[in-house]
Amino acid sequence: MSESQDKLSEKDFKDPYEFGFETDIESDFAPKGLNEDTVRFISNKKNEPKWLLDWRLDAYKRWLTMSEPDWSSVRYPPIDYQDSYYYSAPKDSEKLDSLDDVDPKLLETYNKLGIPLKEQEWLAGVAVDAVFDSVSVGTTFKERLKEDGVIFCSFSEAVKDYPELIKKYLGSVVPTTDNYFSTLNSAVFSDGSFVYIPPGVRCPMELSTYFRINAAGTGQFERTLVIADKDSYVSYLEGCTAPMRDEHQLHAAVVELVALEGAEIKYSTVQNWYPGDEEGRGGVYNFVTKRGDCRGDNSKISWTQVETGSAITWKYPSCILRGNNSSGEFYSIAVSNNYQQVDSGTKMIHLGNNTSSRIISKGISTGKSSNTYRGLVSIHPKSRNSRNFTQCDSLLLNDNCSANTIPYIESKNSESIVEHEATSSKISEEQLFYCQQRGLDEEEAISLIVNGFCKDVLQKLPMEFAVEAQKLLSVSLEGSVG
Amino acid sequence: MNNFLNIQSLSAKVEDKLIINNLNLNVDKGEVHAIMGPNGSGKSTLSNVLAGKDGYEITSGIINFCGEDLMSLKPNERSNRGIFLAFQYPVEIPGVTNINFIKTALDSNRKHRGLDPLKPGDFLKLIKEKSKILGIPEDRLKRQLNVGFSGGEKKRNEALQLLMLDPSLAILDETDSGLDVDAFKIVADSINSRRNNDSSMLIITHYQRLLERIEPDFVHVFINGSIIESGGPELASEIESNGYERFTDVK
Repeated sequence: MSESQDKLSEKDFKDPYEFGFETDIESDFAPKGLNEDTVRFISNKKNEPKWLLDWRLDAYKRWLTMSEPDWSSVRYPPIDYQDSYYYSAPKDSEKLDSLDDVDPKLLETYNKLGIPLKEQEWLAGVAVDAVFDSVSVGTTFKERLKEDGVIFCSFSEAVKDYPELIKKYLGSVVPTTDNYFSTLNSAVFSDGSFVYIPPGVRCPMELSTYFRINAAGTGQFERTLVIADKDSYVSYLEGCTAPMRDEHQLHAAVVELVALEGAEIKYSTVQNWYPGDEEGRGGVYNFVTKRGDCRGDNSKISWTQVETGSAITWKYPSCILRGNNSSGEFYSIAVSNNYQQVDSGTKMIHLGNNTSSRIISKGISTGKSSNTYRGLVSIHPKSRNSRNFTQCDSLLLNDNCSANTIPYIESKNSESIVEHEATSSKISEEQLFYCQQRGLDEEEAISLIVNGFCKDVLQKLPMEFAVEAQKLLSVSLEGSVG
Repeated sequence: MNNFLNIQSLSAKVEDKLIINNLNLNVDKGEVHAIMGPNGSGKSTLSNVLAGKDGYEITSGIINFCGEDLMSLKPNERSNRGIFLAFQYPVEIPGVTNINFIKTALDSNRKHRGLDPLKPGDFLKLIKEKSKILGIPEDRLKRQLNVGFSGGEKKRNEALQLLMLDPSLAILDETDSGLDVDAFKIVADSINSRRNNDSSMLIITHYQRLLERIEPDFVHVFINGSIIESGGPELASEIESNGYERFTDVK
């Protein structure tokens, strides 16, 4: 019996964004604006090899020729790319050898966020990489993981210590030419996490990255690369927060997953970037490219996301089902309140034979927000006996918000089966009254019904995150009662 | 006049249509009242108005419950003060397990009384005991609330919540409908067995059969939104034999 639904305290409802504080810490910035020198500055800060600088510059040149995508349902004023910092790092961050050297102010920040970096304070079984603005400030349990041959470190370290792996896999799932925001990321990405699981190893603990934007006027461009070698398994969690600010902040991340033969990657996200205030001022633009490649036969990639934050969310975690018998999953809960805009979904590209994919999307809208599921299921002519099941449910909590479901289905093979189910409903007065008649106040009743609506997806989250996610759902719906 | 439930000159409209028309009713502690009337007489509206459902316009009258103006309280506040409505058509709430829902409801009621949430072990013991009385198999407790329940299963589940929450005023809205003969007896007897001097019941029904097992202290004939005749159990027997014709003719 799960009791977590019972444990929501009143405080949860009254504190709309509890992570909105700012840490006063000295930072190193790249000069404001974006040009070739910015790219060189970042690469130089990280002592990168020439091939990586060239790779970045190549992306930068490509980016200059591209234009921002306008096909999604999100609307925002033009972004001035010259009016932002592309690199910000807490001073002294470069010489860290162990967590003991981390600035106490940073440790305190993560403690406030509920992410203690001191290993002994962590739940056994979760290793954390903490990324503060542009750099990783510490990774826990590295030594323990090394015993099993698991590599879990910041991207910058990986470039130094495992250049062959980086060279082989970087950009192999999301090429530098992919799209406007991922190409920008390729040019200016500053840090992120790197994971490699050797053949036959089941990663002994959950791996987790916690992203935090702190400095004002800074974009965050991190890059995550996860490689699961043959017959290995890893579960990876990602969490994000940012201070409350009146201006918008850009977050353009790229995540690449590679699953080789028989490998399985489970990637979970709880995205809680600052969503902006009730009038729609401020908030993070979350323009993210996430893609997994089931490169080997019998491999599996599963995305689970709980999206409650950001002024705008534009992301489509996708699976390329290249290997025969490979499978992809996408489980999503997207909540939008006030003036938030969500355009999110997935792409399942079936290339191999007997591939299967499953999409469960739950959209919840309230306030004056808009919430769009956009998804592509594409079955290649040579992908025989492939299957997809898609279920998209939208729940509207009032009359001022909107929900859209836009599925694209391309089945070029008559042996394959694609199923799509979609529902859209307004929260029912009868359900609310029933709960209230049993003693729950209106917000508790909404929270209970919404949690029930999302249950299929919440169950897919690792335990530690499921509780946090449930709490987050309630907080995000604060003030949704008319 | 008592100070338990006291309804005076109550009129209520739904979309400009007068459904409750100058209703007067007093229910004292420990009393069982039956409201009988033909379909469409406004019986369910009365239960919804007492429970505080939206969508009804109270045009006149007062409802006092334990000295408080009931109309100023939200539905959950009424529940926490001891008013329980066993629904005629309980709704499905997908994804929420039955047992979790009942625990949430019970803890909410307890919180109002200044009590801590019931410990999981004590709660399990209690719900198992009550389920057994009602013949509810334990696996149904783990199912999603009312989802895929038959009509009878839903009604039994309402009775389970009634026994678990143990309210001071239980309103039973057509609780007997949808139950087969055996289930009906079990449910009616278990409800009857919780009669005591501190809790009252308002039974809304069109048939006498429930009243044979839960004998009311008072029977009210409810037609066109008001009580047109009150009496003892014999009134229910008369309706059972002759129907509502005599009362509708009066009008």
